[in-house]
Amino acid sequence: MSFVEYGDTIKDGDTAIVFLGHESMFPVKVQHGTVTQTKYGVIRHSTDLIGKKYGSKVTCSKGGWVFILHPTPELWTMNLPHRTQILYSTDISIITMMLEVKPGSIVCESGTGSGSLSHALIRTVAPTGHLYTVEFHQQRAEKAREEFREHGVEHLVTVINQDVCKNGFGVSNIADAVFLDIPSPWEAIGHAKSALKAEGGRICSFSPCIEQVQRTCLAMEEYGFTEINTLEILLRVYNVRTISLQIPDLGKAAEDNSSAGFDSSNPSHQGSPCANLQQGTVQFKSGVPPREVVGHTGYLTFATKS
Amino acid sequence: AMEGGPSARIREGDCAVLKRDEVFKAVSVLRRRKIIFEKQWFYLDNAIGHIYGTTFEVTSGGNLQPKQEVEETTTETKEAGTDNRNIVDDGKSQKLTHDDIKALKDKGIKGQEIVQQLIENSTTFRDKTEFAQDKYIKKKKKKYEAVITIVKPSTRILSTMYYAREPGKINHLRYDTLAQMLTLGNIHAGNKMIVMETCSGLVLGAVMERMGGYGSIIQMYPGGGPVRAATSCFGFPKPFFDNLHEFPLSKVQSLLSGTFTTETLPADPEENALVEEESNGLTEEKQTSLQETEEEPTTEAALEINPTEEQDTMDINAEDVEFKENKEKENKENVREKQIKQWERRKKLLEAAALLREKNADGLIVASKFHPTPLLLSLLEFVAPSRPFVVYCQYKEPLLECYTKLRERGGVINLKLSETWLRNYQVLPDRSHPKLTMSGGGGYLLSGITVILDKGKSDSSNSEALKMEEPSAKRCKLQDLPC
Repeated sequence: MSFVEYGDTIKDGDTAIVFLGHESMFPVKVQHGTVTQTKYGVIRHSTDLIGKKYGSKVTCSKGGWVFILHPTPELWTMNLPHRTQILYSTDISIITMMLEVKPGSIVCESGTGSGSLSHALIRTVAPTGHLYTVEFHQQRAEKAREEFREHGVEHLVTVINQDVCKNGFGVSNIADAVFLDIPSPWEAIGHAKSALKAEGGRICSFSPCIEQVQRTCLAMEEYGFTEINTLEILLRVYNVRTISLQIPDLGKAAEDNSSAGFDSSNPSHQGSPCANLQQGTVQFKSGVPPREVVGHTGYLTFATKS
Repeated sequence: AMEGGPSARIREGDCAVLKRDEVFKAVSVLRRRKIIFEKQWFYLDNAIGHIYGTTFEVTSGGNLQPKQEVEETTTETKEAGTDNRNIVDDGKSQKLTHDDIKALKDKGIKGQEIVQQLIENSTTFRDKTEFAQDKYIKKKKKKYEAVITIVKPSTRILSTMYYAREPGKINHLRYDTLAQMLTLGNIHAGNKMIVMETCSGLVLGAVMERMGGYGSIIQMYPGGGPVRAATSCFGFPKPFFDNLHEFPLSKVQSLLSGTFTTETLPADPEENALVEEESNGLTEEKQTSLQETEEEPTTEAALEINPTEEQDTMDINAEDVEFKENKEKENKENVREKQIKQWERRKKLLEAAALLREKNADGLIVASKFHPTPLLLSLLEFVAPSRPFVVYCQYKEPLLECYTKLRERGGVINLKLSETWLRNYQVLPDRSHPKLTMSGGGGYLLSGITVILDKGKSDSSNSEALKMEEPSAKRCKLQDLPC
């Protein structure tokens, strides 16, 4: 297994995803002799994991069961240990497409952060492209290197520990795309331009605040970028539910002149045609939005160097 | 390199995309071919050899000329007003008439100069606020400075173009939704993908771009053949198509039930030739129904050679023996060619069937006009366990049903029904705000991951289904709502 190539069977040293049920999963480093605790019991790597097919159901010691999944950058994003706030797949998807990243692309990124976007970019540029990722925090840079090694992708990425605003990306005139997720992206626009190929390329900057976006757009204009475009993308999830709604009791039409107001205590007459309707419910399937959803992640500004 | 090494220069024969502001149009780069775009007509000849991304102006002769970098007139303290309380819109503030402007255009005056003339001849310009002046200049520039950029096709460009120009052809699949599909589906080099789309080949092209020519794709298609109009716009190098297969939907049931015939292999072309020579009269192969434009046959028929005496294709002139002999040769060649083509088609069909039968695809992408449920339920059979799948539907309701049926089937986890909401922004100093809302128009996605299917154990899939749902406490709360 690797994050850039599917494998069929779980092997020693793999990173696998343990899926417990609705929205509940965690990553695990597969190792001979190790055990993993879950709420359903213990998973013994040597007997329960190694040699099994990805997608298998594994019964844990207490009798409950889980599924073991092949890792993907998307599953990794949902389960990775956070060292910083991360980008989620919704933003990652549009970034990838708008930067035109594909196999063979050379991409520069800063900051590396927790490596969420990094893993996704590495997956997309494989097997012939490369990601140069700049992180000014030494421990985070080191942790990222370690993870890329464990995930079998170290040949596709170079982690550079420096300040992108002061020293740039460490490469020049080779990138097809540059991505910035830093507090002051306008300070790195010049470096981004020199990292990009002479014939042109794409740039993207991600910022939570509109003031940052304004300064970045100005800087992009000053450096001659074109097609400057800012957008935001939000995910709307729907939970599929069977809903039952009661039919209200609207009473009966009067048979004689006596008033026939709504009287819920009045038992319905035998054989009255309305009786059944009044007790009934209507069922239907609905896509119900959750009570709270993500309302904002950040603004994405794209531009072209031509 | 497999991905074809991006050619940065415009070449004859390319499919290029013309861009003016937010308007796109895909065209073939051919010499002496008149192109009409945004109320202008021109030839692309002069663009050939330039780098993609270059911006051109249209000269009076209909030729393209790279736009020179012009120094924007430095903003000296411009005279401007503070608000519009005294500006009356009587339609008379512009002193230049239609004819005046036309005369300027005919003289060959550049757009920039025309805009300058309009500003000078506007009585209200200096009363406008600076912002209003900016807006006015932008608007006039847009109208009179006709610049066209020639951009290289990509998923980004083509999906934006199709959504703006011909959304009906792509089932109103908005480009951000397409972007989600590519990522959720973990589309990458080396995959074995199954793609089922009726989006003119746009989705197929997007998948091919993300695979970079590595791996393989089996495109499922309805009717007689796959539509790949948009795919050809991408300009992929030929090797990309070596591992692109296609398989008709109408054969899926037979493949799944095991009744897809593999015994009836195509007759060897050599054998056919022998049969021809032996027979006396003219032979013309009976047209089997494996033709491009016809519907698929209901039965799997082996290639048959029926010696029939067809008079209408051949002129038998008993006197002109040599002529007859030549004609016979020609006819035999045509027949042989047809046979070879049909044999090759059959061979490809069997290859695709074999690939599917392995049931180890790395993913499934569906984006079509058809109801998604039957497609998913059948095509998922060909996908390996622990692989993602994504279904697009223009409407939400069919995906609700699909979700339910998938839960009943089992063998899928992490089912998610979603849509993305996209908003563009205008970012200008002191004038930043959202532009237009595009929410609600992009379509819906149902995604999930396959797992090993426990067939024949209905209670296990039931308990699985329960485990995958949210805790039931939430369901009770809804029923407590007052009527």
